[in-house]
Amino acid sequence: MRVDLRQLGLTAAAPLLAIVFAIVVTTAILLAAGDPVGAVWETIFSVPKPRNMVNIINSGSVLYLSALAAAVGFRMNLFNIGVDGQYRIAAFVAAWVAGEAWLPGVLNVMLAIFVAMCVGAMWAGIAGLLRVTRGVSEVISTIMLNAIATALVAYMLRKVAVGGSNNITTTPIPESSRLKGFDLIPGATNTVYTMALLAVLAGVFYWLLLGRTRFGFSLRATGQSESAAVAAGISVGRMTVYAMLISGAIAGLIGMPLLFGSSYSYGVTFQPGLGFAGIAVALLGRNHPVGIAFGALLFAFLNEQANPLQIRAGVSDEIVNIIQGVIVLSVVIAYEVVRRVNTAAEQRKVAQQLAEGKVLASTSEGVS
Amino acid sequence: MVAPAASAPVETPAPSERKFTFTWPWVFLLIAGAIVLLAMLRVITSADDVASSGTLRAAIRAAMPIALAGLGGLWSERAGVVNIGLEGMLIMGTFGAGYAGYQWGMWAGVVFALAFGALAGLLHAIATVGFGVDHIVSGVAINVIALGAAQYLADIAFTGKPGGGPTQSPPVEPLPTFDIPGLADAAKDIEDKDWFFVSDLAAIVGGFATRLSLLTVLGLALFVLTYWVLWRTTFGLRIRSCGESPTAAETLGVNVYRYKYVAVIISGACAGVGGAFLVEDATVYRDGQTGGRGYIGLAAMIFGNWRPGGLLAGAGLFGFTDALRLRSGGESIHALLLLIGVLLALMAIWLFYRRSRFQAISSLVIGLGLIVLYLTTDEIPGDFTGMTPYLTTLLVLALASQRLRMPKADGMRYRRGQAG
Repeated sequence: MRVDLRQLGLTAAAPLLAIVFAIVVTTAILLAAGDPVGAVWETIFSVPKPRNMVNIINSGSVLYLSALAAAVGFRMNLFNIGVDGQYRIAAFVAAWVAGEAWLPGVLNVMLAIFVAMCVGAMWAGIAGLLRVTRGVSEVISTIMLNAIATALVAYMLRKVAVGGSNNITTTPIPESSRLKGFDLIPGATNTVYTMALLAVLAGVFYWLLLGRTRFGFSLRATGQSESAAVAAGISVGRMTVYAMLISGAIAGLIGMPLLFGSSYSYGVTFQPGLGFAGIAVALLGRNHPVGIAFGALLFAFLNEQANPLQIRAGVSDEIVNIIQGVIVLSVVIAYEVVRRVNTAAEQRKVAQQLAEGKVLASTSEGVS
Repeated sequence: MVAPAASAPVETPAPSERKFTFTWPWVFLLIAGAIVLLAMLRVITSADDVASSGTLRAAIRAAMPIALAGLGGLWSERAGVVNIGLEGMLIMGTFGAGYAGYQWGMWAGVVFALAFGALAGLLHAIATVGFGVDHIVSGVAINVIALGAAQYLADIAFTGKPGGGPTQSPPVEPLPTFDIPGLADAAKDIEDKDWFFVSDLAAIVGGFATRLSLLTVLGLALFVLTYWVLWRTTFGLRIRSCGESPTAAETLGVNVYRYKYVAVIISGACAGVGGAFLVEDATVYRDGQTGGRGYIGLAAMIFGNWRPGGLLAGAGLFGFTDALRLRSGGESIHALLLLIGVLLALMAIWLFYRRSRFQAISSLVIGLGLIVLYLTTDEIPGDFTGMTPYLTTLLVLALASQRLRMPKADGMRYRRGQAG
């Protein structure tokens, strides 16, 4: 029992170690570049104002969805790098559908979510099918599909666009379908996206699906050992397509909180790059629904707190990318180091017991 | 940890058909065939830019950064380390080239690009080889770090400099270009004659021979060098053995860690030089200049079956479609539709003959669709021309990728002493 506690402590220590390490590395970079170290950390680690807290929760929920989409793939060794393209094309189509307002009020929202999931799943499904039928690596096909999605969205946006020449957007969603959000944080002038609930639901769904169903078991088994999965009668091809479809459907949700909570239309300024951030967050959270939640909030916190860096400390806010990247890298290194320390400790313990003649002595006596 | 060895017999037996190998006659025949196709396309559709020396020059410029990123991927994956961090290494290269280039000239820029790329490579090596971190995780992290580092450093290094700003370096003087004497003029003459096939061939020679950048020569030399080192020296054999079976290499006394380290650092250096190409081409460093070319380099390498020649062909294909888009956009890509449509239809007949009915029908449908599209339209809208390189890569991979074979231990974690 004593060893278990120690192990638990070591496991919890890994992420903390990684964050400390990231701070040390970043400090070194700041020092080398001659930037004010104190001012930077003061800005980043200041207590966020209520307004900023709301922003952190909002962007955290979006990042969470993005990370879940990537994590579904990771759990079966599929690298869906195309979350970026999937969410953008899905958000565009959903924005267009919601803008057309064929259904009233909440029904319109439901329809848009449904459409977004279908489009995201379809776009990811192409990569899944290509892999199963033609053996194309999903890493490559999703990269290509990202670029194709960008071009396709740009083309379709111009076809359906309204508004001026510079910032073309889809038709804004009618008032009745806009979601007001929750006053979760007292004293904040802005509200938490209603669709943040979507992130919670998706997290529960992910946990149930992977941990509590036969399908999830098959998926994880395929990820851990394909040959074992085949031997157990799991169709790897089918699982690949399903995993990509689910991943894509979740990716389709990424744009929804933004669409119904703040932008109300899809335009050229719709937030880009969420897909890649999600990959990093999924890795940080070790593909675990709770771990990912912490990771998403940490990333959102860093992003939000780094915003005023340029004004308050005269330092480019891109430094936050360095912090985030170093955290991702050092967290996995820290887990590896912890694992090695544990293994070494266990080996030492067994060796010690053997030397004391506990296990071996009794058995050898029994045999002889 | 003996899983790889145990799973070996499970593998499907090799198909009974004769194994096709690319020998030099085949390569020349394929190139000649491609030129004939382009020549026919030029005559039939009268889209002259499909095969002109200008297009080829643009194609080389577009292809080189991708090819060098792919070369980086080749080095590391041949040693068994998957390198999705190529994009980050390319970004580091662009910053290095911009930083040194505007102060001390482009050659210094190339050296810095190489060094910065190698630095990112070293980081990847420490994480994946030293700590046994998942290769994809490390690569993604490197992409994030490199992007942040380049933008952060650019803000410090270029703000307030003449012609520079927080996101852009002051202009960099590109390397001098030269014509290969004799060949360049002769090629130009023949190209202007407008003879079928001969002029197209001359256009391609001319595209190579005129206004050739020294950096392009360097890049191509790196390819020759890579081929020679990896396939003709003991050092290269050992690197490749680390990618195929590190445990076997270990039993033969190869220091697998050291070879992997060296290979991944070289990998970063190659991608870094690719970044220098981008800077030379644009004559400045700019934020977001790489535009995902590192990923495309990775795709070109997989397309090229983890071999330098194939990788060059993949990068060339990508560069060519990209150049067509840049030069005369709608018209050339429109002409390309006909080519791809006809090729797919021919492919469908072949597949039908081989009894793969489903694939035959899908090829035929797509092919006919493209031909109909060609006949009913005059031009392709601008946004669609932008996706041509990607669509082409995807299509080619879908048709060809079942013949590909990656290094056997690629992406696997290796610890010393695994071989029991």
